[in-house]
Amino acid sequence: MSSVMAGLAPPAGGPWRGALRHLRTNPGMRISLAVILAIVALAAFGPWLNPNGIETLDWSHVASPPGLQGAHWFGTDRLGRDLFARTLEGTRVSLGVGLVASLVSLLVGVSYGAVAGYIGGSTDELMMRIIEILSGLPLIFFVIFLTVIFGRNEYLLFLSIGAVGWLTMARIVRGQTLSIRRREFIEAAVASGAGTGRIIAKHVIPNVIGPVIVYATLTVPQIIMFESFLSFLGLGIQEPQASLGTLIAEGAGEMEAASWMLLIPGGFLAVLLLCLNIFGDGLRDALDVKER
Amino acid sequence: MFRYFLKRVAGAIPTLFVIVTITFFLIRAAPGGPFDQEQTLPPEIMANLQSAYGLDQPILTQYGRYLRALAHGDFGPSFKYKDFSVTELIGQGFPVTLQLGVIAMALALMLGIPIGTFAALHHNSAGDYATMSLAVAGIAIPSFVVLPFIGLLFGIYLRWLPVAGWEPGSMRYLVLPVVALALPPLSVIARLTRSSMLEVLSSHYVRTAFAKGLPLHLVIVRHALRPALMPVASYLAPAVASIMTGSLVVESIAGLPGIGRYLVQGALNRDYTLVMGMVIIYSALLIAMGLLVDLLYAWLDPRVRLER
Repeated sequence: MSSVMAGLAPPAGGPWRGALRHLRTNPGMRISLAVILAIVALAAFGPWLNPNGIETLDWSHVASPPGLQGAHWFGTDRLGRDLFARTLEGTRVSLGVGLVASLVSLLVGVSYGAVAGYIGGSTDELMMRIIEILSGLPLIFFVIFLTVIFGRNEYLLFLSIGAVGWLTMARIVRGQTLSIRRREFIEAAVASGAGTGRIIAKHVIPNVIGPVIVYATLTVPQIIMFESFLSFLGLGIQEPQASLGTLIAEGAGEMEAASWMLLIPGGFLAVLLLCLNIFGDGLRDALDVKER
Repeated sequence: MFRYFLKRVAGAIPTLFVIVTITFFLIRAAPGGPFDQEQTLPPEIMANLQSAYGLDQPILTQYGRYLRALAHGDFGPSFKYKDFSVTELIGQGFPVTLQLGVIAMALALMLGIPIGTFAALHHNSAGDYATMSLAVAGIAIPSFVVLPFIGLLFGIYLRWLPVAGWEPGSMRYLVLPVVALALPPLSVIARLTRSSMLEVLSSHYVRTAFAKGLPLHLVIVRHALRPALMPVASYLAPAVASIMTGSLVVESIAGLPGIGRYLVQGALNRDYTLVMGMVIIYSALLIAMGLLVDLLYAWLDPRVRLER
């Protein structure tokens, strides 16, 4: 087995060892990971730290700046709702949508790419042609239409955002599949009588999973950005629920009088996206994944 | 070359036709109609409105009529903006959107390529790390966060530039939106240029060019730049798409009277003809961009043969 692997072998110790080494030597990646974990922890445990609810209206503190008054650490909005609670809720929603929609795009992209790459021939050509056409279309318009037509349903939001994200994933998986298709372990599986579906599921996909995970970490920030974009336009998460996008939209309207309403959720989104990108980029460099 | 061009233009017509057809039936499949209001209209008035706009006809007849009008360059009347045709609405807003987009794109190219080249030439230096870190930030942070932030800084605290608004002929109102819109593609272009420039700089013909004593700037301009720009050329179409989507929010934050607002508003209002007009304009622009990229490719790399 080891001599078979030698040609395409990743650095000694396997790809994950390389990634770990990168994590140790790359301070940007380490800091980003720490910040991401801190934001996730804050989003998860924040509600226990602060007594204020998401929808509670505090009429004695309307549009008050960040401070200790009434435990409104991040201040309040025009209706006296606590911005700490709402920002954390928004972060939770954005992270949740990002994870679920990434999972959708991962499932679709991996199975599509693996099938196209493994079967090959004219099937592959047709499937890749479809991807080419889809990636040429302004998919954002179709997402806007879908959300307009079928109402602002959250499940639909996950689905349509995930549907946008799978194209690049499918390309990467196909490329990886092509490179292992002729290897001995696949031949051995064919010789032992395994069906195509079984080979793809048991032999192809497990062997392309490294790059998939790397690209998935880069998909999460893209999808979070997309979700907040839709929410900003008023097509995504609806009141009284908050997403970072809706909070930024509200804050942008109030920025002259209440700049914290913009700066706090905007800062959360910017830092979160930045750290996710730095971490994903670092992981990609460590495992040397090509995007085409 | 010219024959190839004609062939591609002819090839765009079926693509547009498919897009028009899908959009037409998709938007009509949506619940609700353009004349739904808070108070329901009396049935007689509703019927009159429906027949005035031809909405009482079978859907296939409507589709045929729409296509016939479209073939004559008529996008039809807007259902929500009474007394305006879609052509008028788009005609009024499009110059603003186009101006915004073209300046942002030009800025992204004119700064992104030199920055990427600089970073490649100073590979692994402090300047390289600094510019590439900024590029990650530019890619990661969306324009609807950047624009309010720089608006707050330069518009409200420093009072150098207006935060929002529009005055025909005045560039002051475009500065902040253009910057916000240009940053993401600028960052991508800088990164693409850097990585492909690094590859080109290690190639044999560049070594030869240096060996024969050519100064650095001539090696870059004459030998390295052209092949290094291939990935940038193939990024142009996605860049235009990203600027288009970005301008949807940037225009609304900055209060610019472009066409960005018509897409979301039109779809929410079920203003069928306006949405169709927007989709056609945007798709046509994207297809045109794709063609431009292919022509650019052939110019950048003589090995690419267009006529097949």
